[in-house]
Amino acid sequence: MISRTDLPLDHDAHARFLPWLIAFMVYLAMLAMAGILVLNNTVTRWDRGISGTLTVQAMPADGSLDVDAKVLQDALAVLASTPGVLNVTLLDRDDTLALVEPWLGDMADESDLPLPRLIDVVIDPDAGIDTEALGRRLAIAAPGVSVDDHRVWLDRLVRLLQTLQWIAFSVVLVIFLVTIGTVIFTTRTGLAIHREAIHVLHLIGAYDSYVARQFASRALWLGLKGGAIGLAFAIPTLLAIGFFAERMQMETMESSGLQLPHYIAIGVLPIIVALIAMLTARTTVLRTLARMP
Amino acid sequence: MSNLSSDLVVRFENVGLRYGLGPEVLQDIYFELEAGSFHFLTGASGAGKSSLMKLMYMAMRPTRGLISLFGRDVAITSRKDLPNLRRRVGVVFQEYRLLDHLSTFDNVALPLRVADTREAEVRKHVEELLTWVGLENHMKAKPATLSGGQQQRVAIARAIIARPRLLLADEPTGNVDDRMAYRLMHLFEELNRLGTTVVIATHNQQLVERLAHPVLHLDEGHLQLPTKTRGIYQDNDGEDSRPAMPYDPDVLNYL
Ligand SMILES: Nc1ncnc2c1ncn2[C@@H]1O[C@H](COP(=O)(O)OP(=O)(O)OP(=O)(O)O)[C@@H](O)[C@H]1O
Ligand SMILES: [Mg+2]
Repeated sequence: MISRTDLPLDHDAHARFLPWLIAFMVYLAMLAMAGILVLNNTVTRWDRGISGTLTVQAMPADGSLDVDAKVLQDALAVLASTPGVLNVTLLDRDDTLALVEPWLGDMADESDLPLPRLIDVVIDPDAGIDTEALGRRLAIAAPGVSVDDHRVWLDRLVRLLQTLQWIAFSVVLVIFLVTIGTVIFTTRTGLAIHREAIHVLHLIGAYDSYVARQFASRALWLGLKGGAIGLAFAIPTLLAIGFFAERMQMETMESSGLQLPHYIAIGVLPIIVALIAMLTARTTVLRTLARMP
Repeated sequence: MSNLSSDLVVRFENVGLRYGLGPEVLQDIYFELEAGSFHFLTGASGAGKSSLMKLMYMAMRPTRGLISLFGRDVAITSRKDLPNLRRRVGVVFQEYRLLDHLSTFDNVALPLRVADTREAEVRKHVEELLTWVGLENHMKAKPATLSGGQQQRVAIARAIIARPRLLLADEPTGNVDDRMAYRLMHLFEELNRLGTTVVIATHNQQLVERLAHPVLHLDEGHLQLPTKTRGIYQDNDGEDSRPAMPYDPDVLNYL
């Protein structure tokens, strides 16, 4: 593709910054892309890991030691009528005591302790149950009953991560747009600088596409060069981030790092950017020349 | 209006040209060039020779009148069809207009490459022609390192490399010595003999008289039609009857 050119595009001062700008763009795009993939991994794992079950707790009303049976009944009814709920198990008082024993020790033996009752809910992970909405419905139907805080918090976190993903996605999009804008600007400047040479080419019988080819192959080359530089900087950065992320996650949960397919997806980015640069240059030349008399 | 005849290479009818809002530098131009003809274009500096050339190689459109080339009305030729028309026209620009960053070889190769000629063929033809114009030792040189006369020869080689059907040369021998001037004129005549229509703008009265081709004379933008005299030395079959005309049989190999 990189062929002999009739226009001295290699020597244009204004085009020299292009590979560096593309390098920077590719670098940012690769980080954003890595972010998207890591977040995606995390979200999927967290979702899968926790979404099979849900704990609902019912607090005893003030002054009483046990939860009112009517309230429990109402809570169970709400749960049973919620789409996506597969199974509901009410833990009895002893099970609950056993659960809190490690924290309360001997005190748990005393039965005058106000104890919450727990309900284990098995849900369909794919049903996408809105736990916050469920919590509100429970609170209305059965006062003192709520969905486990932890679960609601995780749900919010997952939603936050998804938002972050969209932001990262927009960043990639903006990067592409900036790259396109820069290539258009550079190409227009090149057309102006080489107007005389292009005029001579036309008089000799060159089609616009001949001129466009020169700019396009130049842009492809600059794009690949910039992409390679960006890649060279992005890989160590990604590895470093991956390393620290791995260490931080050691104790908490399984790795959500990048695997080979992800690296391939990220590695294709510079090539895509270079191809976009090429197409943009070609289109810009053809459009600009077509407007000439 | 007369019919557009297919063996008319150039036809101007009532053509006028002005630059911007300036005065008309060409006025009421009428003329026709038949296929295979050879004309000189003379006139004082500023008379409009280069402007007339620009119209013929389609660098400008006339402000009025009709121009047809190879039987096609230039005014209604779309931008998309211009390259094809231009490829039939070889031009030696008065100011050469070589591409500075390209070597002699690449400059001369342009018309072939623009037409997607195979590189092996490009090499063969360009080397042959450059040898013929005496630039075989300057193939890799950039225009800036060449003398005026050498640049002029590069420009000429570029104009004829693709064997145009119409050759327009604007002062093509202004920068070379007499011997080279005749050698180049000989090249043009050989090209003409093979069917190319030739127009040469020149100030060199001696050349005009010696080669005795019909003359188009411009006088302050007005064209005086050619006096249809044949050259005093020219007969029907060639250069032999012309004295003091350096002859080089190699040119026949190239052409
Ligand atoms: N680009 C231009 N803009 C405005 N006026 C121009 C331009 N080019 C030529 N002219 C004017 O057109 C007239 C004819 O110029 P032209 O170059 O055709 O003359 P010429 O016969 O080729 O002269 P020379 O023998 O010096 O080359 C001149 O008066 C010149 O000033
Ligand atoms: Mg002139």
